[in-house]
Parts: sequence; C-alpha cells; structure tokens
Amino acid sequence: MPPTIMALAGQTKRPLVRRLVRPVGGALHRILLSVRDLAPIILVISFFQIVVLQQPFPNFWGVMVGLICVVAGLSLFMQGLEYGLFPLGETLAQGFANKRSLTALLAFAFCLGFGATVAEPALIAIAQEAAEVASRGAAIADTPEARASYAFNLRLVVALSVGAAVLLGVLRILKGWPIHRLIIGGYLVVTLMTLFAPAEIVGIAYDSGGVTTSTMTVPLVTALGVGLATTIRGRNPLIDGFGIIALASLTPMCFVMAYGIIVS
Amino acid sequence: MSEGFFDILWPTLFSTVQDIAPIVGVLAVFQVLVLRRRLPHARRMVVGFAFVLLGLALFLIGLEQALFPIGETMARQLTAPDMLGTLGIDGEVDWRNYWLVYVFAAAIGFATTVAEPALIAVSVKAEEVSGGAIKAWGLRFAVAVGVAVGVSLGCFRIVTGTPLPWYIIAAYLVVIVQTFQSSKTIVPLAYDSGGVTTSTVTVPVVAALGLGLAASIPGRSPLIDGFGLIAFASVFPIITVLGYTMATNYTYRWKDRKARGGSES
Repeated sequence: MPPTIMALAGQTKRPLVRRLVRPVGGALHRILLSVRDLAPIILVISFFQIVVLQQPFPNFWGVMVGLICVVAGLSLFMQGLEYGLFPLGETLAQGFANKRSLTALLAFAFCLGFGATVAEPALIAIAQEAAEVASRGAAIADTPEARASYAFNLRLVVALSVGAAVLLGVLRILKGWPIHRLIIGGYLVVTLMTLFAPAEIVGIAYDSGGVTTSTMTVPLVTALGVGLATTIRGRNPLIDGFGIIALASLTPMCFVMAYGIIVS
Repeated sequence: MSEGFFDILWPTLFSTVQDIAPIVGVLAVFQVLVLRRRLPHARRMVVGFAFVLLGLALFLIGLEQALFPIGETMARQLTAPDMLGTLGIDGEVDWRNYWLVYVFAAAIGFATTVAEPALIAVSVKAEEVSGGAIKAWGLRFAVAVGVAVGVSLGCFRIVTGTPLPWYIIAAYLVVIVQTFQSSKTIVPLAYDSGGVTTSTVTVPVVAALGLGLAASIPGRSPLIDGFGLIAFASVFPIITVLGYTMATNYTYRWKDRKARGGSES
C-alpha cells in the first residue's frame, strides 16, 4: 500500500509519542483481525465441547490466557511487520528488480527466502512439535538441548530450501519457464525421494511444505516476484509473480527428506 | 502457569531475537552494502522490530499455553473410549468408530478456511481475472471444501495407519491430470490456494490434533503417523479448485452450445 507508506514517511520529525500513536492504533485494528482469525476455531471447538463432548476442558483458564497471548502476539507481530519491515522489503525488492546485476539479484532472492522463513511463526511451532515427538519416540536424546538443536536444524534446512525456491522462482521469471513443468518435476522428485527417506521424516517433510508459505514469507516473496514480473517485458505479474510461493511449498519437502536421508 | 509470566517471557524474548535477526540483517545489509542506499526511516524499522519481537514472543507463549493443548485435548477427548462405544473390548481399531473425529476435522478445516482473509483477497482477484466466469464465493467454497476433505481424510489415515505417501502422491497424480485439462491462467492461482489456507493459527492446532490422535489411538506412533495433516490441507484445495474451474468451464461451454443451437434452429 504505497499511499500509506508515503504518508508515514512524511512524519519522521514528529515527537516520539505521536510517532508511536500510529503503530499502536494500527495494532488495535490488528487485534480485531487476529480475533477474526481465531474465531472459527473457537466456535467449532466450543460447539463440540458443549454439544457433543460435554466434558470439562482441562486447564480452561490457562488456555484462555494463552489465547489472549496468541491474539496479542499475532497482532503485534503483523503490525510490526507492516510498519517496519515490509515497506523496506518492498522497496528493496523493486530496487533489485530494476538492478542489472544478476548475481546480486539471486543472492538477495536466496537471503530473503532464508531470512523470512527463519522468522516464520508456524514453522517454529511445527519444529517444536517435531522435536517433542522425536524425543518421546527416542529418535533423539530426551534433553532440552537435543530438542532445541533438532528443532533448529529442521528450521535451518527448511529455510535453506525456501531460499533455494525463491532463487529458482526468480530464475524462472527471468527465463520464462512454465510454472507447471517445475511443479510437476518437483512432484516427481518428492515421489522419488519418499522411496528412500526414513519413514519418520516423511510426515514432517510433507508438513513443512505447507507451513513455510505463511505470514512472513508470502508478502516479502510475492513483492519480489510481482516486482520482477512488472519490470521485465512480456511477463504477466499475475501469472509469473505468484509462482514462487508454489515452489516454496515444494522444495522444503525435498530438502527435509534429503536431510533425513543424510542424518540416518 | 506455575512460573510467573515474566519468567517465561524473558527467555522467550531472548530466543526470538535470534529468529528475527536474520531477516532484519538481510534487509539492512542489502540496502546499505549492495544497493548502497541509506536505510529509509531507520526509526520505523526499530519500532517495527520491537513490535515483531514482542509479538512473536507472546505468540510462542500462547502456542504452548493454548494452541497445542487445544488440539491435543480435542484429539484425546474425541478418541476417549466412552465416546467410541465398542472400542477397547477386542483391542482392534475399527475406523468407523472414529466418525466424530472426521466430522470435527472437517468442521475445523472448513471453518478456518472459509473466513481466511488471504483467501478472500485471492478469490476476489480471481473473479476479476476470469471476467466473472469464476465466482469469488464459489472459489472460497471450493478451497474450504478441499481443506475440510483433506484434514478429514488425513485423520482417517492416522486412524487406519496407512502410509502417508500413498495419499499425497495419489493426490499429486490427480493434480497433474487436472493441470493439463485446465486453462493456463488458473493453474498458478490453484497452486497458490493450497498455500494460503494454512494460517499461523490453524497450523499448530491441526498439527497438535494429528499428533494427539496418533498418541491416543492404540497401535499408532506419533513419530510415523502423527504428521501429515497440513500436507493434506495444502494439496486437496488444489484439486477442488481445479475441479471447480473445470466444472464452470464445462457448464459455460454447455450453455454456450445450447444457446447457439437454440439460435440456429
């Protein structure tokens, strides 16, 4: 949203309190949005709890406090991203789309995908669960350190894979490769690797594909894709701009399975 | 919470610095060193960074306190022996006893998707692009049904303990066949619709549901059977969206042919 960015750019000289009013006010609006995100889950679960299960919900108030943390946390997170990081991400993406140096563009594409994925909340969640399950299933040692390093490695592998996907997606836009060939090729690779990957990594690998394309990655990466597709002649932003996300949900599967094969 | 709130908050805050640092570093380094431009509104970046940091820390606390327990508790309560009736007598798992799990999974999948803001935006855009041939609500409905069927089938897989790759690879085959039958403009959109459905709130709940199911159903191991629900939820919307657009295509052609046939006679 360029108009708001321009409007905000004009007020850097104001005193601190007034400069904070805008993000805080935005955060209040954000809270409503987060509540709306959470509402369907709460509704369905309340229905099943009250009508079907009719059982006391364990640690009810603890869960309520947790839900408030989720709403407040997501609101602040999204507001902070849109206020501080996305505008810079977008100008950078456009800057690199216009720049002639291919190496710089590709390096930026990789780092953007990598950095955004490391901060992806849904991926942090899945990695924690995976580490928990792996330690309970005696696949790794049952210590906090072992779990932390397992979760960290998993996120690192996924972040590398998304970096690779964004790089590949940018190359695809430059060369004009058709997206469906890449996707179908990716499906074939996933199928082949499944044959060799240890059974306990396959589920996590498949899930990590769906997790990466979320709050953090989608806006930054789409900005790069659409920016590139608009600057290059003969590219349609709608068709060429969006394909990166589809790639970014395929490569994590391959990379995580490869990681599983190497580690075992 | 047995510990004080701030006893949890401080270490979480510390660890989230490491999560956020890479992306901030990447943006700053490329802006200053490669593009050789000054950081625009550095103060805004600092404020934004503080918001993101605190927000992620709070979210992670809420994750442990609320989202994971919700998914796990639902899985445990829905598979409790007195909900299932006959199970537990012969020790054999009969997938039909778990119908309540499938209904719950479908309800969660449908409800979270149909109201997803990202999906609403995408479907409105799709209606514009297709010149009204694809209806925005139709697309939303198709995606939501896809997620509902996906999560439900994923739970069926956990209950039966059948291998995950069979389902996902079969779904890929369907997608590939559909891709060659569909128009080129809709294909990237359909692929993306798989990605937008799994929001940050839904993922932990659904993942915990799967792991909870695998933990409480006799003979299933969370390590092997627990994951996969999110994969189901990302592949099946692609199928339903491509199916929906193919269906609208056929009815369009059919109406077209009928109208032409009517004018000729």
